[in-house]
Amino acid sequence: MMNAALQATLEFLKLYWAPLLCGVAVVAILPLVVGYIVLVERKIMADMQARLGPMRVGPHGLLQPIADAVKLLIKEDIIPENADKLVFWLAPVLSVGAGLLSLAGLAIGPAFQIAQDINIGILFVVGISALGIFGIVLGGWASNSHYSLMGALRSSAQLVSYETAAGMALVSALLFTGTLNIKSIVEAQSKEGIWFVLLAPVAFFTYLVASIAETNRAPFDLPEAESELVAGYMTEFSGFRWSLYFLAEYTNMIVVASVATTLFLGGWLRPFSGVPWLNFLDFVPPLLLSAIGAYCVLRMPKQPTRVQQLFMLAMAGLCFVVALVLAAPVVLPVIKPSLRAAVAPFYAGIHGGFWFIFKVSLYIYFFMWLRFTIPRYRFDQLMRLGWHFLIPLSIINVLLVGVALIAGAYFHLQGWGLLLVTTPAAVVALVAAFLILAVEKERDARQEQTAASDFYAG
Amino acid sequence: MGADELVINMGPQHPSTHGVLRVKLKLDGERVIGSECVIGYLHRGVEKIAENRTYQQFAPYVDRMDYVAAVSSGLGYCEAVEKLLMVEAPPRARVIRTILTELQRIASHLLWLGTHALDIGALTPLFYCFREREEILKIFEKYCGARLTTHAFRIGGLQYEAYDTLEKDVERFCKDFESRIVEYETLLTQNRIWIGRTKGVGVLTAEDAIAFGVTGPVLRASGVKWDIRKAMPYAAYDQYKFEIPVGTTGDTYDRYLVRMEEMRQSRLICLQAIENIPSGPILAKVGKVLKPPPGEVYHAIEAPKGEIGYYIVSDGTVMPYRVHIRPPSFINLQAFDRMVRGHLVADVVAIIGTIDIVLGEVDR
Repeated sequence: MMNAALQATLEFLKLYWAPLLCGVAVVAILPLVVGYIVLVERKIMADMQARLGPMRVGPHGLLQPIADAVKLLIKEDIIPENADKLVFWLAPVLSVGAGLLSLAGLAIGPAFQIAQDINIGILFVVGISALGIFGIVLGGWASNSHYSLMGALRSSAQLVSYETAAGMALVSALLFTGTLNIKSIVEAQSKEGIWFVLLAPVAFFTYLVASIAETNRAPFDLPEAESELVAGYMTEFSGFRWSLYFLAEYTNMIVVASVATTLFLGGWLRPFSGVPWLNFLDFVPPLLLSAIGAYCVLRMPKQPTRVQQLFMLAMAGLCFVVALVLAAPVVLPVIKPSLRAAVAPFYAGIHGGFWFIFKVSLYIYFFMWLRFTIPRYRFDQLMRLGWHFLIPLSIINVLLVGVALIAGAYFHLQGWGLLLVTTPAAVVALVAAFLILAVEKERDARQEQTAASDFYAG
Repeated sequence: MGADELVINMGPQHPSTHGVLRVKLKLDGERVIGSECVIGYLHRGVEKIAENRTYQQFAPYVDRMDYVAAVSSGLGYCEAVEKLLMVEAPPRARVIRTILTELQRIASHLLWLGTHALDIGALTPLFYCFREREEILKIFEKYCGARLTTHAFRIGGLQYEAYDTLEKDVERFCKDFESRIVEYETLLTQNRIWIGRTKGVGVLTAEDAIAFGVTGPVLRASGVKWDIRKAMPYAAYDQYKFEIPVGTTGDTYDRYLVRMEEMRQSRLICLQAIENIPSGPILAKVGKVLKPPPGEVYHAIEAPKGEIGYYIVSDGTVMPYRVHIRPPSFINLQAFDRMVRGHLVADVVAIIGTIDIVLGEVDR
């Protein structure tokens, strides 16, 4: 009896130990990653605003996220008197839980996926990450504050309207693959030899805009618009609860960036992965990291204190180690061609991971760049942009991509040849976009005329 | 109050009420159906203090009203007392006063632009504006030792002679500043979101503006060409050529454009002024103890935010009998309710920003 139970447990573990381990790793590492994304964001912001950003904690502020995390952890935990305590407690957990859970479906490389080969992969990721909105709405409601409530209302309205456009954009890309399985989607792009961003540029654009709105990032950061709603749904949250919301927001950013990378930017594939004469691109990742390491070594003497110098050296060491890991699967076959087959899975895993993270970083960088450049939309403008522009455009685009695919099948086009039919489709979609804008403008002008006459009547 | 009306308190600790303004907003959903400004959180009784200080002693107090345009407030007070004493500052003092006041106008407008853009969600212009403002504050620091509450002028002229490289510093700043304004404009002027957020928001017609007694850029954006620098020249403004920008519709976008153009014009005035600073004394003969003859005087100047006026009654002693100050921020704020009605919550912060209030001046 006892033996059988042990046997069963072992069987269970055998099947699930890798995902479990990965899950624990994600929960343990992600807060750190998010902390460093915030640091990078602050550094990028500082760079764009002619200043230095955090410089005090560690060399170039490299330890700032840890200091921030400690500060947030030891802060007083305040629950407002009139708040609904249970919901107030539950809401941030719900938000961050949804974000972390959706990470499970993502494939960072051909080998790294926690929930292996779910056949509804992308649907799972999108669906679970959308659940995070419950945390925001409930948190805003439970705080029992006007600002929080308005932030929550805005947030839910925004998610509902932009989820539609994002979903339609995903459909256009999925039309090329015919599967929802994340691995198969990337493999389809590998087989075609072309990324779907080129085949469906309009869908990529719609997804880009919709994903910014979904993650509540500027210029669509109305739910937490600091200058209007203080901090929106987070107004009454402080300390660790607040940081959970923060974690959820950045996790969501990673999730949408990963979905975009998987669907449109070829997932873990190297640029031009099917072109043999461009194989020298494999040397780029190790060289890039070595360059960063060398830069750290060069800057080391400029650090003011001994500790900071050592820290800089440690950073350099870390970069070199990663560079070595990246270089090994590329260099070994060159030295000893017989090892090529043995090294291949390592190459796919390690370099796949690098390219995936690289693309996700670029996507997130774009988010940040936008945030520091443009002002915020107003609520009605945001809704109009969603319902009157993005949703019609994405629906039209789905139809056009479908037509293009039928034409492609008719002419037996494949890979880059598909561009012959998808480019006209994209052009037509663009024309449609401008038409929608023109109609919109005309109606605005008409409305203004009628509105102006009775503006002060009341 | 109906069941579906929501009253929210904006301020006095709200990130974008520019200090300690408190606005009670009556909302229908996100639409504003009424508003009430609650002020006084920064009240220090400046006017009452004046009655217990000598004329010179009170001068630094006016710097603390509009603390982002201290030089302009100081100029108004000094000129008002000079009018009461029936003396006139020497030409050299007047020209240097003009230069510093115009620099202060640029600095004040820069602060307005940065915070206004921040309220509307553009984070970056704030830092660019502060970069340029810093240059101006450095000039102030070199001139009189203080950066913010400068107390730069004295009754009858100036306390300090201009430092040696003042002209050069101002010239260098003006040269750099030309391209810097273009930088701000590339970020905002043609930006679709910026236009969407500001055009048609907070419209104030010319009749309303006059009825409310609004002055400064807010009035000019409504299309009324009224600028005390031209209408009743003071300091050395009658010697320089400059335009008064006016708007057409009186919305937030127009006020933005008017202020941007005003910065350009101020730059031109500075350039003209440094070309020819007359030599001579910097302080008129006013004596150590000021005892203006009994009487009363009202003197107003064009501060960055509008007409700042000083009404001073003298009873012939060393202390004023009564000082009344007409602060532009306070009077411009009266138009707030008219401007926000029917707009959304997001527009409220845009409108607070566009009136360009400083609570130190509103509350005094």
